[in-house]
Amino acid sequence: MLESSKESLKLEAMKRVVGLIAKGKNASELFPAVVKNVANKNLELKKLVYVYLVRYAEEQQDLALLSISTFQRALKDPNQLIRASALRVLSSIRVPIIVPIMMLAIKEAASDLSPYVRKTAAHAIQKLYSLDADQKDHLIEVIEKLLKDKSTLVAGSVVMAFEEVCPDRIDLIHRNYRKLCNLLMDVEEWGQVVIISMLTRYARTQFISPWKEDGVFENSEKAFYESDEEKRKSAEETKPYAMDPDHRLLLRSTKPLLQSRNTAVVMSVAQLYWHLAPKHEVNIITKSLVRLLRSHREVQYIVLQNIATMSIQRKGMFEPFMKSFYVRSTDATHIKTLKLEILTNLANEANISTVLREFQTYVKSQDKAFAAATIQAIGRCATNISEITDTCLNGLVLLLSNRDETVVAESVVVIRKLLQTQPSEHSDIIKHMAKLFDNITVPMARASILWLIGEYCEHVPKIAPDVLRKMAKTFHNEEDIVKLQTVSLAAKLYLTNSKQTKLLTQYILNLGKYDQNYDIRDRTRFIRQLIVPSERGGALSKYARRILLAPKPAPVLQSAFKDRDRFQLGTLSHTLNSKATGYLELSDWPPMAPDQSVRNVEVAEAMKEWSPAVGKAKSSKSDDKFYSDSGEEEDEQAADSGSDEEGGSEGSTRTPVCKLVSVCDRVCVCVCQQLSSPVFVPVHTYELLHRMTGKGLAAQYHFSRQPCIYDDRMISVQLTFSNNGDHTLENIHISEKTSAGQNIHCFSPIECLEPEKSVTVSMGVDFNDSTQAASFQLCTKAEGFNVSIQPAVGELLLPVTMSEQDFSKEQGKLQGMNESSATIAMTPESITSQPLHRKVVNMANVGVVPSGQNNVHRFAAKLVSSGALVLVCVVQKDSGAQLTVNTEKTIIGSMLLRELQTVLSQGS
Amino acid sequence: MIHSLFLVNATGDIFLEKHWKSAVSRSVCDYFFEAQERATEPENVPPVIPTPHHYLISVFRHRIFFVAVIQSEVPPLFVIEFLHRVVDTFQDYFGVCTEAAIKDNVVVVYELLEEMLDNGFPLATESNILKELIKPPTILRTVVNTITGSTNVGEQLPTGQLSVVPWRRTGVKYTNNEAYFDVVEEIDAIIDKSGSTVTAEIQGVIDACVKLTGMPDLTLSFMNPRLLDDVSFHPCVRFKRWEAERILSFIPPDGNFRLLSYHVSSQNLVAIPVYVKHNITFREGSSQGRFDLTLGPKQTMGKVVESVLVSSRLPRVVLNANLSPSQGTYTFDPVTKLLTWDVGKINPQKLPSLKGSMSLQAGASKPDENPTINIQFKIPQMAVSGLKVNRLDMYGEKYKPFKGIKYMTMAGKFQVRT
Repeated sequence: MLESSKESLKLEAMKRVVGLIAKGKNASELFPAVVKNVANKNLELKKLVYVYLVRYAEEQQDLALLSISTFQRALKDPNQLIRASALRVLSSIRVPIIVPIMMLAIKEAASDLSPYVRKTAAHAIQKLYSLDADQKDHLIEVIEKLLKDKSTLVAGSVVMAFEEVCPDRIDLIHRNYRKLCNLLMDVEEWGQVVIISMLTRYARTQFISPWKEDGVFENSEKAFYESDEEKRKSAEETKPYAMDPDHRLLLRSTKPLLQSRNTAVVMSVAQLYWHLAPKHEVNIITKSLVRLLRSHREVQYIVLQNIATMSIQRKGMFEPFMKSFYVRSTDATHIKTLKLEILTNLANEANISTVLREFQTYVKSQDKAFAAATIQAIGRCATNISEITDTCLNGLVLLLSNRDETVVAESVVVIRKLLQTQPSEHSDIIKHMAKLFDNITVPMARASILWLIGEYCEHVPKIAPDVLRKMAKTFHNEEDIVKLQTVSLAAKLYLTNSKQTKLLTQYILNLGKYDQNYDIRDRTRFIRQLIVPSERGGALSKYARRILLAPKPAPVLQSAFKDRDRFQLGTLSHTLNSKATGYLELSDWPPMAPDQSVRNVEVAEAMKEWSPAVGKAKSSKSDDKFYSDSGEEEDEQAADSGSDEEGGSEGSTRTPVCKLVSVCDRVCVCVCQQLSSPVFVPVHTYELLHRMTGKGLAAQYHFSRQPCIYDDRMISVQLTFSNNGDHTLENIHISEKTSAGQNIHCFSPIECLEPEKSVTVSMGVDFNDSTQAASFQLCTKAEGFNVSIQPAVGELLLPVTMSEQDFSKEQGKLQGMNESSATIAMTPESITSQPLHRKVVNMANVGVVPSGQNNVHRFAAKLVSSGALVLVCVVQKDSGAQLTVNTEKTIIGSMLLRELQTVLSQGS
Repeated sequence: MIHSLFLVNATGDIFLEKHWKSAVSRSVCDYFFEAQERATEPENVPPVIPTPHHYLISVFRHRIFFVAVIQSEVPPLFVIEFLHRVVDTFQDYFGVCTEAAIKDNVVVVYELLEEMLDNGFPLATESNILKELIKPPTILRTVVNTITGSTNVGEQLPTGQLSVVPWRRTGVKYTNNEAYFDVVEEIDAIIDKSGSTVTAEIQGVIDACVKLTGMPDLTLSFMNPRLLDDVSFHPCVRFKRWEAERILSFIPPDGNFRLLSYHVSSQNLVAIPVYVKHNITFREGSSQGRFDLTLGPKQTMGKVVESVLVSSRLPRVVLNANLSPSQGTYTFDPVTKLLTWDVGKINPQKLPSLKGSMSLQAGASKPDENPTINIQFKIPQMAVSGLKVNRLDMYGEKYKPFKGIKYMTMAGKFQVRT
């Protein structure tokens, strides 16, 4: 069917082949037949062939080479989707021979106009690197180039490639650091995760520790309980710590991501805060982490693990949320155990009674493994908090009469550990356990009891020999571990109470001598030599008592998560508690801050970044030429032209000369989209309503020079109301818009305004690029006042960044009618450039275009409503200046010119 | 990143595999099967399993294990979150995510997986974008495709992929413009033996179904936004605006999506809308146990508690239960020991109850724990946290949309310990 001429049949056949691949069956013998279809026009068929190729090309390298030329052609396709998918497949087929072709393709794609193709190029870098690590140096060049990319689409992928190929080249990040921080919010969620973890590592090497002293972090529990005064004192002692503004920027730009719906993003922000933020700021992650606990089972598992690690170091963080860690009977066992772990970590004197009550419920759980874990947890609480040791012990002793073996066994083991800490007071418990001994069958528990009796045989002199007698009877039926403990018990009793137990000990040692297990035989031999006096072993047996009955240190019950903090939170290594392949250590803070200035990007540098854009335009021009030469492709190109945003504008222009213009044109449009942030200027406030006319209500407005949030075509206006009257004004709102043709976005009504108070609201007005005033009625509950906002011509603009080249190109297009100019005489003191800049910017909301010449100043902006460009150029001469304004809207142009004239001719 | 993906069904067969880098042998799953055997319940399989050369990260949903093979360090949540996104996408495309559905649509599944990951790194996971790249299968489209020979694969790069609003496609047109919002709150609670609340918290979501023409810009404001102090948003919500004004301002994706989810934590007081009176006793020695359960509403603000379902796993020694419900039906599965009682509506005048006896295994001692009772219920037209939407405004388009909002309270993980 693959050979068939009908496309539908081919497609059907290909679908079956993909079905085979999916099932894991070998379909490689179809390779030649499939490869033939790689040049097919049908997109779905093509995709399926790609799937097949990627799967089997590695096995059939020679045949796979047949398809390469098709991809090379597709790499030049005007449709960006086809370009991207061709690069994807080309880089995925893992045939070493084509490495140079891949390298070339990647380099070309890295300067493609479409960010989607550039993103694919970033992915291809990793693939090529895994295929041929020798290309590293060339690839790093491409990464360096792509890191400079401003598109949010590319950022995530290229950082991923960076992490894979050259994670140690931290110097590549410096210049892009601030950009990455600022873009972070808009990067797609998967990219965010990668970027955040990279920035965490970066920050650890570049900033100094925000934690006050070394070592405080380790005993942060203590620090937490320290009273505020103490803290202040310690802060005074050490040199005041000032955080690097870049460090602060990172923290600030990641904080909103805690609200992400993607759990991986939240977790990575949490680990960033954990590893980088000053201690008092870490707490903000708590709430978000607790929220994640509502998610799927697997997410819970990972999050709980991380919380477990955090809760060891900083109890205070999660204590208020303790109830969120209460166990439900429907939780999976590993989730239950983790919650238990956290509850144990969080327990302290204040909350222990609630925790213990909760534990009591868990002990009764039908899930016996969990019940056993709970008992261990109780044991840990008991050792950590000495006040409750007795209560816990009593509770555990009660559990000894439980019917379930595992519960009893676990309690015995825990009791043994607890008793070791304070044996003398609890001889009655030991007696009780000895009584229960007959009923307990779990070997570990029996062994524990035997050990206890042996260790503290002096406290229970009557019972111990009796237990030994029982053991002697059942010795051959016991498990190995019990036998070993029996031997120890016998030896200890022999030493303390040899009168009663001499014969019993002999008997047990004889039994042990012929045991099947060599451990037991060895132990028996050793003990015999040690305790039974003989001629040769006399030297040791003197010390036997000291060897066997030496006081033993109590075991320390501690969390299994104690040592996990050596790994970065949220990583695979942390989850597994062992180093995973490719794990990158988080370095310690540097003692001295490295040079901060490496991150500075000068303005000139920023401008240089536009030149690649021009370069790109050129390269795409040559692409087009390629197509116009190969005539057969033209039809397809024309078909695609309407669809493909970028291919479209190129495809429709045929002659090479026109093409260059249109390409440049588009670059300029791109430039215009780049709104720059407004320059800071002193705020001019205008009066909207005087307090006399407003009967106590005064209103002022100013133009905030920010892009309006309500609508792109609106100008945002900040209104400040103040109540100068003596009674509360209620319900201040805009009632009717009297002026026609202007769209006003009202502020939400102010419910009430107390006397002597003022409030600021923002509203949006679409002035339609005219200076006509927007009039409306401002109402309070009682009255209405007619007011109007008069826009200055300079406020109708939004600043735009562009390079000098683009500026002159644009200016060239706005000649004749669209140009208005004037000469002005200037006072000598205003000749230096700084006041001139300042004056223009104060008057109008324009962006400064960096200029090569000292006496030429250029400014660019666009009209808010129509988006038309407004270009201002000031050329200084000896005593005057030539002022030129170019814009499509001639009325605005002349008004602006007039205003600028007056402003500039005034002295500074 | 993600190397390969294996789909394993409940009986332990691999029924689909996909590799993004060079193929990994199926035998890597043996480690997974080992872990699966060790865990008694499928839920107990650990999500992360280390093997000598790879790491397996698995997700269990719809009775299918999605096992991802990883080779090097990666945040595990990254993989888990992605796998869940895959499941969501399948569900979105095929309506259900079962083994049969995946097998029937294996080609679409393959095309989807190919688009979602490139070299193991997520490429497009937004359902709006995927749907433009690969059209979901419908009966109508299959018929049309066979006749006209057109394909399921989109020919162009989705516009959303490049724009600043990647979640919304351009050129949306509807004759009826409508925007519906559902505020759904779930109560998670543990009630102890005596009826007092051990812990209770509210998990709320606002799900939206927005079918609006063009590029509408919506704002949603609340009467009491202070309740929402712990929220997570769909990427479309403008965070700055929320921070400053506590107003949700967003350009919505087309179709169904989750606008935000929030969490009202256990520190706030939560009104528990139902109470349970229970008396479950086992007597030592006799082979009988008594079972007595009564449900009643409280603090429901006059709303009706609907679709009540009580379930409980009785101790292993219970052989059978002989009960009589005052309303609804009950079933008892003697193998899994699961008792379920479908109650329906609770009538405050005549409280539903389930009474009777249980027969126990002869000679077995009495179980030391009473079973936990899980309750499900729904209360329409009420948001238990008291959250209220103030108004919804639309900017950017001229037409007037239909707007609707619905409230609902449900039981989440609602357990009563006895």
